[in-house]
Amino acid sequence: MTRSMKNNKGPGRRVIPGFGVSLGVTLTMVSLVVLIPLAALAINALQLSPGEFWAAVTRGRVLSSFAVSFFSAILAALINLAMGVLLAWVLVRCDFPGKRMLDGLIELPFALPTAIAGITLTSLTVPGGWIGRVFAPLGLKIAYTKVGIVVALVFVGIPFVVRSVQPVLEKLDGSFEESAFLMGADNWHTFRRVIWPEIRPAALTGFGMALARGLGEYGSVVFIAGNKPYATEIAPLMIMGQLQSYDYGGATAIALVMLAASFLILLLMNIVQARAARRTSG
Amino acid sequence: MYLELKNINKSFAGFKAARDVSLGVEKGSLTALLGPSGSGKTTVLRIIAGLEAPDSGEIILDGRSVNELPGSQRGIGFVFQNYALFRYMTVYDNIAFGLQVQKKNKKEIKERVVELMELTGLAGLEKRYPNQLSGGQRQRVAFARALAPNPQLLLLDEPFAAIDAKVRGELRLWLKNMIHRLGVTSIFVTHDQSEAVEVADQIVIMNEGQIEQSGTPLQIYKRPRTPFVAQFVGDSSVIEGYERFAGFQRVPGADKAVLRPEFVECFRPDNKKLAAAMGAMERGTIQEIVFKGHCMELTLSVQGAGLRAQRSLERRPVQLGDEMMVLIYRMYVFDGENARLLENQELLKIPPDQVPAAQM
Amino acid sequence: MKKTQTKRFPLPVILAIFFAACFLVLPLIFVIVQALSQGIGAYLANITEEYTQKAMLLTLKTTVVVVLVNTVFGLFAAWTVTKYSFPGRKALTTLIDLPLSVSPVISGLAFLLVFGRTSPLYGLLEGIGLKVVYAVPGIVLATLFVTFPYISREMIPVLSAQGRDEEEAAALMGAGWFTIFWRVTFPHIKWSLLYGVVLCTARAMGEFGAVSILSGHLRGKTNTLPLHIEILYNEFRYSEAFAVSSILVILALLVLVLRSLIEHRGRKGEA
Repeated sequence: MTRSMKNNKGPGRRVIPGFGVSLGVTLTMVSLVVLIPLAALAINALQLSPGEFWAAVTRGRVLSSFAVSFFSAILAALINLAMGVLLAWVLVRCDFPGKRMLDGLIELPFALPTAIAGITLTSLTVPGGWIGRVFAPLGLKIAYTKVGIVVALVFVGIPFVVRSVQPVLEKLDGSFEESAFLMGADNWHTFRRVIWPEIRPAALTGFGMALARGLGEYGSVVFIAGNKPYATEIAPLMIMGQLQSYDYGGATAIALVMLAASFLILLLMNIVQARAARRTSG
Repeated sequence: MYLELKNINKSFAGFKAARDVSLGVEKGSLTALLGPSGSGKTTVLRIIAGLEAPDSGEIILDGRSVNELPGSQRGIGFVFQNYALFRYMTVYDNIAFGLQVQKKNKKEIKERVVELMELTGLAGLEKRYPNQLSGGQRQRVAFARALAPNPQLLLLDEPFAAIDAKVRGELRLWLKNMIHRLGVTSIFVTHDQSEAVEVADQIVIMNEGQIEQSGTPLQIYKRPRTPFVAQFVGDSSVIEGYERFAGFQRVPGADKAVLRPEFVECFRPDNKKLAAAMGAMERGTIQEIVFKGHCMELTLSVQGAGLRAQRSLERRPVQLGDEMMVLIYRMYVFDGENARLLENQELLKIPPDQVPAAQM
Repeated sequence: MKKTQTKRFPLPVILAIFFAACFLVLPLIFVIVQALSQGIGAYLANITEEYTQKAMLLTLKTTVVVVLVNTVFGLFAAWTVTKYSFPGRKALTTLIDLPLSVSPVISGLAFLLVFGRTSPLYGLLEGIGLKVVYAVPGIVLATLFVTFPYISREMIPVLSAQGRDEEEAAALMGAGWFTIFWRVTFPHIKWSLLYGVVLCTARAMGEFGAVSILSGHLRGKTNTLPLHIEILYNEFRYSEAFAVSSILVILALLVLVLRSLIEHRGRKGEA
């Protein structure tokens, strides 16, 4: 009998005792911590008239903050996709001194408080900073520009793609690539035809997570962005701004648009994963 | 009857895993639930154990209905397919667990566990963890664990599936002897007919959630009642147009026949004992020879049909393309629902001492 | 074999390592250099300063409460969604993971709406003298929300891969749920639980956006370490800001070391 059939047990007596207590505790806590706050958000949004809602989210400054947020999150996620796949590949297939340390540091962006990432990246990339100094003569300003926002989001998103792709690559036998190479495929072909199809679902999952995280990121971005209206303000900052002027309705409206966007990403990711699962099982 | 199932039905999200299943198990007997995967045999076992609740029907254990009784109070021992040994407990703790949760005193537990470990040949492995054991040892632990609380009924889900083919045969006999020695009523699920035939007193054959036939291994083998059983049991091939063979006439409604290699015999045409039986035989050509270890299996082309026959290694060797005389002793023919045995009519006409038989 | 591959693809390897070094190593060095820029004496003075100490204490308290609550929740949640089948199980799993896809700023806003001035609850809580928003309970709640799935999601994959057979076997022998959980299930998840606790701790210590909304930014009262760092930084007290940051950087590094130790240990347990 297959496992899935066992799992589809109908309601009725359950074999493992303790169902009531466990479900009770879980539901209570989920309701208190997750459901009620999100419901409050929804209720407050419903109290806005469509006109108010529309006005709140289509103000020029808000619209441009959306543009900045989406544009930089997508760009950063794309950079992370490319660099993340490369890094994962290097970590799995190559040997070099300090590899273990580098592998351990991949999750630094998860462990490091975002505010610290923010002030550190800013100080590094201001024109006089360690990195800013290199780019300043080229006329490229990083801190307090959109480039800075992207830099912060790339930092925050690195672990997502690397950690999604790495286990898949580890399972992929190295001889796989070698045989392709022996058959005369060049590196790019080997990658595109042999490796990429295997890691695509994982890479896209990582991309989606990095994108969702980038859209909502606040701590690391506020410091480096410079927050110039119409230029480097991100959407979460607009929410903060509305709150400071006690405009809860406006804040809720912006929040709702952001939430819708991240749920859309979540949904797309689930579809990609479901399709990948079908493809490998079928 | 010690255990009785009456009209059990169970479906999972629209899939009918058990339809109107009724069966009885005698006290002290060893029953096999045999069927292909997806036939519902595991579901029936899990229903008996109380791991699933039936949608309808009654489960009667030792004279009383246990539908409402949780599995833990039915007095059963269950051996899971992959044994489900507690991975983070030692062999000793695995076996003792059931007694510990019954709050038996330590001395009693120890005696019982030691006794079972002796019985199952596990003595000395008390401190091992399941991942330090071989497949056969794990099965013994699972068996001992299920027996520890003295169950009245022992249920085993594919007990040999996870074991190497090499030791499987040995373990089958061991388990059969052990169960008979202990006298505990047992039911096991298997998809392997040879396992069921070798081990069980009673076989219940299931297909698509229904019971096809139950009986002793011999009954099932000799008198398959349904087309499914005729095909599933033994090494069978299905033949259409069976009436073309000498000695067989068409039975109204029955289009197909099941033949087993042991129903077919072939002889070199120069065999002197054939004279009387010529009318009961067909000519055939050897198409394929497979060495089976204990015999040769020949595939013979007879009137356009491929018939399989076994040939002892002691007999005269044959080669591909050899012309042979083929004797079909009997076959099962079936219509949609029933199967019946058809003897070679021509063969019945000749005196028994003239019937050619392979000298073994 | 591997060596030849390194030679075969030198450019991507160098590029990847350079990228990682710029993003992952340089910031760490920078924080330490900045923190120590005024000498070790000033560094020690900076991190033992009164408000820093108070912020540290608040962060510590918040983290302990959050990790405890999330551990209890995580155990219940992971057990519930993997050991039982019930309608809505998938929806519950999605709901538990939801905070991961909500911006911290939005979570802060949500709690502000539940407990803030515009909410009916505000008057009620005011009546019993409980201040949530712009006070410590708000900080704890916001951190709780943001880190809510961290522990359960580490255990859920392990438990669902393990299946239910062991628990069913124990239940058939008449064991109660706590016995089953403690003796049969828990040994399977102890490493993933610890892993989750470590990740949760890291995130709870560093949460900024959500806490920033619910904290009153009162120095010495409702300032957590990250908020304190922000204030120092915005007041151009850079070496102080980086000195305080260095505490959290060291903790972050500790988390990473623990993480790889646990992963190593967990893998060994698997074998």
